Amino acid sequence: MYSFLQGPVDPVLLVLDATLVMGCAGIPGLFLKRPGPGQVVAALCTICAALIGIPTVLQLLLSGTTATRSIAWSLPFGPCDLAIDPLSALFLIPVFLVTAAGSLFAVGYWPARQYRRSEPGLTLFFGTLGASMALLLMARNTVFFMMVWEVMALSAYFLIVTEHEREEVRRAGTIYLIATHCGSALLLLLFSLLAAQTGTFLLPPAGSLSALTPLAPLMALAGLIGFGAKAGIMPLHFWLPPAHANAPSHVSALMSGVMLKMGVYGIVRTASFFYDIPLVWGTILTIAGIISALLGISFALAQRDLKRLLACSSIENIGIISLGMGIALVGAASRIPELMYLGGAGALLHVLNHSLFKPLLFLGSGVIIHATGTRDMNLMGGLGKTMPRIGGLFLVGTVAICGIPPLNGFVSEFLLYLGFFSQLQGDNLIYLMAGAPVLALVGGLAAITFTKLYSSVFLGTPRSPGGGVHRGGELQMGVPMLLCAFLCLVIGVVPQMALSLVSPAVMTLFPRLPLLPLSAEYGAILEKLSLAGVLLLTMALVVTVIWKWRLGREPVTAAPTWGCGYQRGTSRMQYGGTSFSELAISIGNGVVRQRIERPLLAGLFPERSRCSDTPTETLLDAIIAPFFQAAGMSFAFLRRLQNGLMHIYVLYIFATLFILMLWAH
Amino acid sequence: MMNCIIHITLALVMPPLLLGVIGKTKAAFAGRVGAPFLQPYFDIYRLLRKGTVFSTTTSWVFRAGPIVALSTTAVAALLVPFGAHPSPISFNGDMILYAYLFALGRFFTMAAALDTGSSFEGMGSAREATYSCLAEPTLFFALITLSRLSSSTTLTGMLSNVSGGAWLYAGASLLLLVGGMFIVLLSENCRIPFDDPNTHLELTMIHEVMVLDHSGPAFALIQYGASMKLFVLGAFFIQLALPFATGNPLADWGVFICSMLLLAIVIGVVESVMARLRLVRVPQLLVAATILAAFSTLLVIR
Repeated sequence: MYSFLQGPVDPVLLVLDATLVMGCAGIPGLFLKRPGPGQVVAALCTICAALIGIPTVLQLLLSGTTATRSIAWSLPFGPCDLAIDPLSALFLIPVFLVTAAGSLFAVGYWPARQYRRSEPGLTLFFGTLGASMALLLMARNTVFFMMVWEVMALSAYFLIVTEHEREEVRRAGTIYLIATHCGSALLLLLFSLLAAQTGTFLLPPAGSLSALTPLAPLMALAGLIGFGAKAGIMPLHFWLPPAHANAPSHVSALMSGVMLKMGVYGIVRTASFFYDIPLVWGTILTIAGIISALLGISFALAQRDLKRLLACSSIENIGIISLGMGIALVGAASRIPELMYLGGAGALLHVLNHSLFKPLLFLGSGVIIHATGTRDMNLMGGLGKTMPRIGGLFLVGTVAICGIPPLNGFVSEFLLYLGFFSQLQGDNLIYLMAGAPVLALVGGLAAITFTKLYSSVFLGTPRSPGGGVHRGGELQMGVPMLLCAFLCLVIGVVPQMALSLVSPAVMTLFPRLPLLPLSAEYGAILEKLSLAGVLLLTMALVVTVIWKWRLGREPVTAAPTWGCGYQRGTSRMQYGGTSFSELAISIGNGVVRQRIERPLLAGLFPERSRCSDTPTETLLDAIIAPFFQAAGMSFAFLRRLQNGLMHIYVLYIFATLFILMLWAH
Repeated sequence: MMNCIIHITLALVMPPLLLGVIGKTKAAFAGRVGAPFLQPYFDIYRLLRKGTVFSTTTSWVFRAGPIVALSTTAVAALLVPFGAHPSPISFNGDMILYAYLFALGRFFTMAAALDTGSSFEGMGSAREATYSCLAEPTLFFALITLSRLSSSTTLTGMLSNVSGGAWLYAGASLLLLVGGMFIVLLSENCRIPFDDPNTHLELTMIHEVMVLDHSGPAFALIQYGASMKLFVLGAFFIQLALPFATGNPLADWGVFICSMLLLAIVIGVVESVMARLRLVRVPQLLVAATILAAFSTLLVIR
């Protein structure tokens, strides 16, 4: 890479600079008296950082090279290496993209004039969250990794509790904090074991440790739970729905689109250290993926809160990603390059895809909440007519997340299906075929969920008065959504390009994979898929032209919807979100319920009464909540240590260090 | 090339005829003369020349529904082989695209129905969404069985492998598959016993109730698209059930047309002798179909 002034420039340094700009973007705003300019400056800085970062990273990714740089620091943990290999590069793209999109969105969504008190902090921590994730992906020293991991976790906490005057928000923040620190504790275990094994604090290169040593399964398990808690793999997902639902929408977009992927990155990176991976690792990850996907989408189906629904669907998507990684590891254990490639590429492409359509949907949900003033889908409706552009962009995200062609969600699922079908001729891994019907079922449930979401928000007529008021700022909010929607369409129509982005990252994961023939083979298949997509769009165009031609020749009239003879239909009588999913939930009863309380109607002229519904999760209520209650009871005696006195806490730290020093000697 | 043109022509021209044959069969069972075989063509032609009424609550989504439904089915028609002839478009994994194209069409049909704000149409689309979700795994189990039997991952490869020989070799499994897929064929095309295209009670309908508010040319597109869906799913089914091939290209087209007409007669007979199922029974039958297909998979992979 060359700059015009000094000749060659280190790409790591360039990305590092971009990261620092992103991380410090919110600082000027802290010192400005007048609300407004600080936020705009932050958005501009973040966009500039993305404009520097993304091309650099793309170039590194496409060339398949690794750039390394060592940073001088005085801590006694060995050199602080930073590196961007294709795997880091792939994950860096969404970090820059979504942070930039989110900070621009914030200008319209969380205007400083209106939210004078909360805006500076929100802008600051939004930048630090993005920057810490970028550093995390570059970090090769485990101590530095843990530091930025904590910065990420805490930035996210402060973002979640932006509206901390609400009880619900504080609760969501606390649950998140507990979950993330449980995960961090296991990561400390993982990294100390790694340090014990390798003798340094640097992350080992890919394929350098044997998975057959006694410590290896322990490391893998610690990594799976520690990173899995961040990613939201079942049953470690419980923090995710409340946190995503209660954060401001662009924060939810960044957390769901990118921060969850840091957990995925951790799992992928940990798996890449080992060679001779036993079959059971991949099997566990596959099963965890299947459970997360199925249960996640079932939970999503029952929700009536718009953002909770989106958050639950993140669990599903993380499940699909783990499923892909699981079959890649199964392939690695059985030495089947095809399976390694399809699973790995499918999973990593889904990472990229999910980081496009989920932010699109979360940003869209922000606009919706702005317009309606509620998160309850049963009170919305008809927004498609008051804001047709946002409705159109949201539809792109909806179709993409259902995994329907010709958008990007289909492409990654297509690769996974190919993986499931690829082992049908063998004898050992034939049970992998069970993934295909499961993924089909997940796809079907996702279609119900998102039809429910889209129809109850955008279609029909408003279900409550005052819904659909337009409040301005549509440009700043629309442009980031447009960008995401456009990229969804590009990946969907030209999937072979996306595959060429993902292939080098799969190569980093499995260095011994014969990559070129595989990526050429599947690239060719995706080219055909792309032709089919173009054919589909052409066909739609032809049908539209025919229909328009006939429509123009005959009279067109407007009339109310046919009420089957009933003259006094109201918008409250429309099929709402809860009623739409009721049938599906009643069939899959057990895992998740919509508890509907109906009044008993008596007499010829029943009086006014109320009907309410609340989604309940059996898993959460029956297992996780009692577990935490039991833990809380049995550790109650530790509360005495927690007395709220600052000097005592400092004393604890000192005492711990002292004891550790004694122990070490 | 010639085969390709015949394929496209058949896919475009023949579908409404199946509806005509079904109607005629039902009329024969009821002891009536029935409408002419070509009646569905007349219906579509008449609808194309009518004016349109748009509900005032609808947006562009309502207008897009019929268009997307028809175009996805038309692309799916190019993916599936007709009889012994390969399909015009074929690549590894095309069966997944085939399955998901219907999902796209369904999504837009349901969205268009919900856009009218009518509760009846809402009920219809909730049912459609749920039942199709239950039918999806059946199709995939069928694809797995076929892929295992044929060692192929294209629809053409899978379906052209099914022959008299395959029936001798894996007859039990194919028989289960035929049972499961016939249930899916009927439910996806909203035929009796799942749905009655001719009923007049909106409360119990599925597909017909979703398109209540469409009129004129848009309704013509829907009718035509529905018949084409029957044709496309039917072509998949008859290749499983009646895998006859003569070796002569022209004769094979004749065999294909005859088997499709036979399928229409069978559907007509089923519709004449069965009553509609109660709505609560529908999911049970669909799950049963999935289990049949899963059995057939078990039989071939054991």
